[in-house]
Amino acid sequence: MEIIATRPEALTDVPFTYCPGCLHGVAHRLIAEAIDEQGLINKMTGVAPVGCSVFAYKFFNMDMAQAAHGRAPAVATGMKRARPEMHVFTYQGDGDLAAIGTAEIVHAANRGEQISVFFVNNAIYGMTGGQMAPTTLPEMKTTTSPYGRKTDDVGFPIRVCELLSTLVAPYYIERVSLLSPGEIIKAKKAVSKAIQYNKEGRGFTFVELVSTCPTNWGIDPIKSRDWAKENMLPFFKPGCFRDKGEGVE
Amino acid sequence: MAKILMKGNEAVAEAAIRSGCRLYFAYPITPQSELIEYMARMMPKVNGTFLQAESEVAAINMVYGAAGCGKRVMTSSSSPGVSLKMEGVSYIAGAQLPCVIINVQRGGPGLGDIQPAQGDYFQATKGGGHGDYRLIVMAPSSVQEFADMASEAFDLADKYRNPVMILADGMLGQMMEPVEFKTARTDEEIADMWLQHKSWCIQPNEDGDKKHHHEINSLEIDPLVLEQHVNKLYEKYAEIEKNEISYEKFNVSDDNEILCVAWGTASRVVKSAINEIKVSGKSVGLIRPINVWPFPYEELKKAIGPKVKKVYVFELNTGQMLDDVKIAVAGKVPVDFWGKVGGVVFTPAEILEKLELALKE
Repeated sequence: MEIIATRPEALTDVPFTYCPGCLHGVAHRLIAEAIDEQGLINKMTGVAPVGCSVFAYKFFNMDMAQAAHGRAPAVATGMKRARPEMHVFTYQGDGDLAAIGTAEIVHAANRGEQISVFFVNNAIYGMTGGQMAPTTLPEMKTTTSPYGRKTDDVGFPIRVCELLSTLVAPYYIERVSLLSPGEIIKAKKAVSKAIQYNKEGRGFTFVELVSTCPTNWGIDPIKSRDWAKENMLPFFKPGCFRDKGEGVE
Repeated sequence: MAKILMKGNEAVAEAAIRSGCRLYFAYPITPQSELIEYMARMMPKVNGTFLQAESEVAAINMVYGAAGCGKRVMTSSSSPGVSLKMEGVSYIAGAQLPCVIINVQRGGPGLGDIQPAQGDYFQATKGGGHGDYRLIVMAPSSVQEFADMASEAFDLADKYRNPVMILADGMLGQMMEPVEFKTARTDEEIADMWLQHKSWCIQPNEDGDKKHHHEINSLEIDPLVLEQHVNKLYEKYAEIEKNEISYEKFNVSDDNEILCVAWGTASRVVKSAINEIKVSGKSVGLIRPINVWPFPYEELKKAIGPKVKKVYVFELNTGQMLDDVKIAVAGKVPVDFWGKVGGVVFTPAEILEKLELALKE
């Protein structure tokens, strides 16, 4: 019998803790495949955040650290400086990275820290039960914006790729989505590029993955993807914001 | 090696580098700025990492990451900055990572001032961050001791896989005293230190290695597993309490009518006052805890001589170590306290006055 699909070596044989229909599993797989393809499994290490992917340290088949909420880029900085022979990534959600960890991500990017950051944006806090995130869309209802996000009160969603693109040091910044098979293939290319640049020691690499949260949005998984395409992508436009390897400045 | 006249902040930095510290992450704050500046100058000369972090919070999390890789790493700050680090300190303690944290204390609470104080005793010895954990806390009283503690602190951190804090103050950080350094560790010795953490730390898989999956983590979602983990930490702390009591006896004898207890800078002033009293024929002793956690409860109790009328605690705060002294004395004799706060340091004459009044009681 010919095996045509199997679990990437960079993932452990541990069941994911994610809700049915969640796209974290897809994001994990893309990263793991890229690590396998680059032959980095023996030299890669990562940092799990606080949020739904808090257990990511169990899922990646390598030495892993778990960080305090928002602090993954600082932890990854310490790891990379202590083990320059290794390649370091962080995996973070929108509350972790764009609210409580804003300082850490901005400064890691500004230093051109030699790490890859994978940023999963689903416009909501998942693990704590669906509260408003810094990326929650205007008028979107969450448990802490029960009447919809009022922009005159709490401002507009933060576009992290655009924000980081104002900095000189970052080497690669791209936003992709996980909302259709075609988009996932594009996402895989972006993730692979980040890991490749990381392997080559080019600098700070950042990939935002626009995703869904069927459970907390209260929308079934398929319709969640349609909802995200209609509502999130117009605000969080996919695209490459920086790719010094290809002359995109 | 000849003695060198140096500020405490610089001496401890030099001693840390000689002890094999090759990573240092910190944020500027008075009165410890000479420490971060010294590291900025000297770390590149030993191919070490110096990084000025964007915040105290980031600095301690960089320490978490580097310590998780099994390397000797340090951060330093002063009181308000140490408060900011407490989240990370709790994670480091939970994940059992070895590192050294220096607190050059200043007056508080809040922004306080930048003069020497001892107001962070509770924070250092009773918690500070959340959860059930302990730091080994060392309290120097001279520039030489401050420097010597750097290497002891790293050794203890490695031995117990536990964060160690050196609790100094603005006086010790800023003043210059002659200091003699130990011979610097060689690169080979430093590499050996890293190797002792090979069984758990983040590292590459070498060729032929059995593939490892080490987790640097303080999360245990299953209460029964977390219970076991915290109990394991508690057993470690009990071992530290058994092995790492450190204190100085100064003029302690059966003739003592008063037994003083003071730590750090405050103890130096008390020693000066005790030396004056000796002239008048009265006997006063001093117990100086060198490690303030673990605290020398039994040793303090045993040091209370038959003629002691009172145990007198002097601190540069409103009475923090006082609580530990009361636990140690356990009602055997009365315990009195006098302190100065706000960055004001008492003089030998003031302590002498307090002691002479007490001797007349």
